[in-house]
Amino acid sequence: MSTPSNASLNQDSLLWMYETMVTIRRFEEQARREADAGKLRGMHSSIGQEAVPTGICAHLRDDDYTLGTHRSHHHCIAKGLDLSEMMAELLGKSGGTNKGKGGTMHIADATKGMLGANGVVGSNIPVATGVALAAKVKGTDQVSVSFFGDGASSQGSLHESMNLASIWKLPVIFVCENNRYAESTPFEYAVAGASISDRAAGYDMPGVAVDGQSVLDVYEVAEAAVKRARAGEGPTLIEAQTYRYMGHFGADDPLGYRTEEEEAYYHGKDCIERLTAHILDGEFATKDDLVVIDQRVVEAVAVATKFANDSPFPPPGDLFTDVYVSYPMEQIAVSSIGSIVASAEEAEYGPGASG
Amino acid sequence: MVQAQAVRQLTYIQAVNEALRQELERDDSVIVMGEDIAGGGTRPDKQDAWGGPMRLTKGLIGQFGPERIRDTPISEAGFVGAGVGAAAAGLRPVVDLMYVGFFGVCADQIINNAAKIHYMFGGKVTIPLTIMTGTGAGTNSAAQHSETLYSIFTHFPGLKCVVPSNPYNVKGLFMAAIRDEDPVIIFNNRQLMGFRGDPHVPEEPYTLEIGKADIAREGSDVTLIGIGYTTRVCLQAAEELEAQGYSAEVIDLLSLSPMDNEAILASVRKTRKIVIVDEDYPRCSIATDISALVAEEAFDYLDAPPRRVTPPHVSVPYSRPLEALYVPTKEQVVEAALASLQ
Repeated sequence: MSTPSNASLNQDSLLWMYETMVTIRRFEEQARREADAGKLRGMHSSIGQEAVPTGICAHLRDDDYTLGTHRSHHHCIAKGLDLSEMMAELLGKSGGTNKGKGGTMHIADATKGMLGANGVVGSNIPVATGVALAAKVKGTDQVSVSFFGDGASSQGSLHESMNLASIWKLPVIFVCENNRYAESTPFEYAVAGASISDRAAGYDMPGVAVDGQSVLDVYEVAEAAVKRARAGEGPTLIEAQTYRYMGHFGADDPLGYRTEEEEAYYHGKDCIERLTAHILDGEFATKDDLVVIDQRVVEAVAVATKFANDSPFPPPGDLFTDVYVSYPMEQIAVSSIGSIVASAEEAEYGPGASG
Repeated sequence: MVQAQAVRQLTYIQAVNEALRQELERDDSVIVMGEDIAGGGTRPDKQDAWGGPMRLTKGLIGQFGPERIRDTPISEAGFVGAGVGAAAAGLRPVVDLMYVGFFGVCADQIINNAAKIHYMFGGKVTIPLTIMTGTGAGTNSAAQHSETLYSIFTHFPGLKCVVPSNPYNVKGLFMAAIRDEDPVIIFNNRQLMGFRGDPHVPEEPYTLEIGKADIAREGSDVTLIGIGYTTRVCLQAAEELEAQGYSAEVIDLLSLSPMDNEAILASVRKTRKIVIVDEDYPRCSIATDISALVAEEAFDYLDAPPRRVTPPHVSVPYSRPLEALYVPTKEQVVEAALASLQ
């Protein structure tokens, strides 16, 4: 699975988006099963929100950057991260994207331009802005995308970043996935003015609201935003109206704060079903073609699951590695537990073996 | 040791400015960001109006341009976070957090992003970011513009914390910090800014190793630990002690994370007495950290308990007579040393 190089919405692009969204959903379903089996604790499912990063990342290259949130598996998959390494990371295994040291909320793969999911709401936004600054200073045409939720729209970090990005004309795209709930707090309650995209006007940048359950619509607004960023014309704020099908982290019952009618309404706008209909109606592919893709995805998720479960846990000495690039080891392993583990590791692997 | 060669003296400010200038010349990926670091914004006639409140960055925008010398809005979370992102994506940003007391505004970016990204991402992303910040009481600036706070940052794994004490070591440590692959915070004490130190400051670029203490004065009767400004206080106290017939060794710590534990312990094993002089708040501080280190690792060598000279556990007062009671003084250090010696 690779990002389509052609930005026009042809058959290849449509099928890439279909496969990406189905992959996200199957991956998340499997991740939920792994969580239910006790192999990881809470995780923030992105089911329902597949279309947003898919429509955005369809325009991105490997050397473009994305930064995500606590709910970021879909960003990672849309950016082309390896499913096996992702699943292994969820299980805290050494074969994970982050060697098991980050987990579900911090998946990162710099080689694919995924500079990390982030567990603090709004925290990734200034960082994404700085990534765009690096692109501008280095004179590349790379683009940086910050994904965040409606909850983060109330953080000062977003406002500071939008202002900085605008005065410096940085190639950053602020993508708000408005899934209507900050944990359990409704958007209508927490966001004054009932529009996030309107806030762009105050920062002299385009602000676009889009149906986030339509990958075609997201694709279209993203195309304009990426083009603007690459041309050095500055940032864009996209508010994609979307919906998460699960609770905030899996163990909560969303019906405690939202209604069955509302859930049914959004299920009726399911992004995968709508793209499927578009593909079949437009005869871009047959039902059989899609079944082939569906099966390929199921196999890929199965392979990832097996890889993750087979991958060993990190050795104890990994506790002490990657704190710094360079630092006196004895000052890291200062506790008595530390020195015991460190000496056991040293005997087994030799100093610095796992660094 | 008097050389025939003329001693080249700079102020602390000039040394920082020279370090920045030489690193900007050496490496195109170095940029500088901060509030008022140039001044005048987009007005060409006023572009270099300011150079930061301490003039540390004066003149840089004229030589390197606004693309690399970036005046920022008053948005610490925004631009410190942008420094983290720019570092992750290949630049070597130097970010000026004007006073360390403002760290609360951007703490999330420093402690959750700069400090942790390398670890959380399994070592696959580095953050070669330098944060410089102004510290220190004694300038009649009241509680929010006079703190030291380096202990807070030392608490977080993933950050390196450097506290220079004179123009020679600030230049070398600054250049080392910019070249370091880890995030480094440099604490510049305001009382040192105009200080034109005794040591020669070479014009050519040089680096000093981060994590190495300096023996600022050799002695045999008592060890005085200085950190940044308090190294000056310790050196003055050592002269006073010498007049009273005692030989004090002054360790200029220079780096708090990593910390040169061995230099401290070696000195204590020799002198058997230690006085730690720290301007930071006294609780959960570097001073307590060193006291614990010595108690745990050199207990058998000690002839007296470790002593700490610190401010009281209060915020920094505005009123000058009160502030004078706040910062550790030569007299307090001498008194503590004599108590250990007798």
